[in-house]
Amino acid sequence: MSLIPRDRRLRDLAILLGMALVLTAAFYAFPDNLAFATRVIIMMIFVLSLDFVLGVAGVSTLGHSALFGAGAYAAGLCAAHGWNEPLLGVVAGAAAAAFVALLSGLFLMRTRGLTLLMLTIAVTEVLGELANKFSDITGGADGLDIVMGPILGVFKFDFRGQVGYVYAACMLLLVFAFLRILIASPFGLAARGIKESPARMRAIGAPVYWRLVAIYTLGGALAGIAGALSAQSTSLVSPAVFDFQLSANALIMLILGGAGRLYGALFGTLVFMSVHEVAASVDPFNWLFIIGALLLAVVYVAPAGLLSLPDLVKRQLRFSR
Amino acid sequence: MNTFASICIDGVAYGMILFMISVGLSVTMGLMRVVNLAHGGFAMLGGALAHYGMAALGLNFAVSALLAILVVVALSAPMERVLYRPLYRMGELQQVLATIGITFLMIASVSLWLGTSILQIRLPASLSGAVNLGFRTLPADRVFVIVAGIVVIGALYMLIERTRFGVKLRAAVDERDAAACLGIDTSRLFSRTFALGAALAALGGIMGAGLLPIDAYYPLRYMVLFLVVVAVGGLGSIAGSFVAALGLGVLDTAARYLAPDYGTIFFYVAMIVILGWRPHGLLGRGEA
Repeated sequence: MSLIPRDRRLRDLAILLGMALVLTAAFYAFPDNLAFATRVIIMMIFVLSLDFVLGVAGVSTLGHSALFGAGAYAAGLCAAHGWNEPLLGVVAGAAAAAFVALLSGLFLMRTRGLTLLMLTIAVTEVLGELANKFSDITGGADGLDIVMGPILGVFKFDFRGQVGYVYAACMLLLVFAFLRILIASPFGLAARGIKESPARMRAIGAPVYWRLVAIYTLGGALAGIAGALSAQSTSLVSPAVFDFQLSANALIMLILGGAGRLYGALFGTLVFMSVHEVAASVDPFNWLFIIGALLLAVVYVAPAGLLSLPDLVKRQLRFSR
Repeated sequence: MNTFASICIDGVAYGMILFMISVGLSVTMGLMRVVNLAHGGFAMLGGALAHYGMAALGLNFAVSALLAILVVVALSAPMERVLYRPLYRMGELQQVLATIGITFLMIASVSLWLGTSILQIRLPASLSGAVNLGFRTLPADRVFVIVAGIVVIGALYMLIERTRFGVKLRAAVDERDAAACLGIDTSRLFSRTFALGAALAALGGIMGAGLLPIDAYYPLRYMVLFLVVVAVGGLGSIAGSFVAALGLGVLDTAARYLAPDYGTIFFYVAMIVILGWRPHGLLGRGEA
């Protein structure tokens, strides 16, 4: 018996195909903005990983950049020590971030609510200070400058960022497909169950704590992939990867789009980063007005995120009829 | 010995500032169950208004500070009514998103109004010298901050323990619904508590301008700092906030004096240890 019903599999394939089409269209539509598009894609991977941890499993965290940073530094250190094949760096980044998530998760997953939020921030800050402090390994505040080799020894990163874009886009599709399968699996069901009610999950015999540690570790690995990609595409790793702002922005993008359904992560990231980019270039001093107003409007009008808007409109129409 | 004395006085002064700003956050979060990331914004608004009063209107420090606090209170009441009230019934994540949005709007307003540079608040001459205690001299501004902090704690203690408002507040923090059933007007209580918290934050922002310089990005920069105090002290606990603020203030100052190149690492490690030991904070109870 297969875990995923056949029609669902077909739908997933159609969705992936659609995403690939959109990504391809964007590649040809914005040939001069590929660097920005690549940043958006990498951020999408990061927010997807946050969606799995926070939206699906209900672990509130404001320290997701700890895992992003771990991935970025792992990839950066690999490249700096001669292993500059990018896919190797991604694997190293995912492994390092998973390791950090496992270690911190063993402690973090015992707490909840505000305490958990604060502890995740603390872990991030401590890692950031360590990256600053051990400057002979990490390059300190200046960070590491890295040079990436060609992907699989064939595709070289070019100045226009075409290879970088395709590389990141493929990773996004992989991560998205992986998460779709994962969420439909018994493990994903357990994650959703824990979000709904940890007490009931415990009552039916699920080892909630160990599930959470596993979820956090897995989410960490995905965040590490995003970190590694970011390091590789900018050729730089600095302690800024551990910024609180990065965690907070990822959270904003996720809630903006709608947490718990992977499309929300993609859509929220796209909207937030586009508004940010456009507003900041139109008026670099007052763009926070626009972002702030956008966030408030979403919370008061569509608390479940932008993706819930069509449902809301439909319901309104039905009522008014 | 001299370093030790400096650490003590700077650390305690810093702790007092942290207490003034965080206590309102702790009580509102304990009472209304709102994760309010915009609380530091009231401290910034207080500081910005005090700066404006002194620099542009030529008022003296005391008048300017008082007016600034009054304006912050006047602003916070309608904000609570319009922006925060719908949030009480929403989830944690929506609260985070909305209060970050409010923070952004505050930052944008202040940077539009006064720019993004540091807003100086010049203390009167009588506070910029040194206080002679006979056996040693202490910087007057730090002593002023500490004395003000002690006055605030005393006043808060009287307010919470000895007035009807305090009785209602304690009742509502412990059991909000039961308090409402007993005829306590919780919505008015919310407004007043919120305004009180904003006023204390404004006071802390003005007094602490020498330690935590006021500029437009203040609420974002120190957001985590204030939340740490609340989490370590325990939600809704005034005494807890005091102990946490003082302890973390002294610790952070000591770390800056003794091991400057380790940055804030001690601060956060201390927080991890304390929250690992007492997940609900030093004096917090029940679920956060």
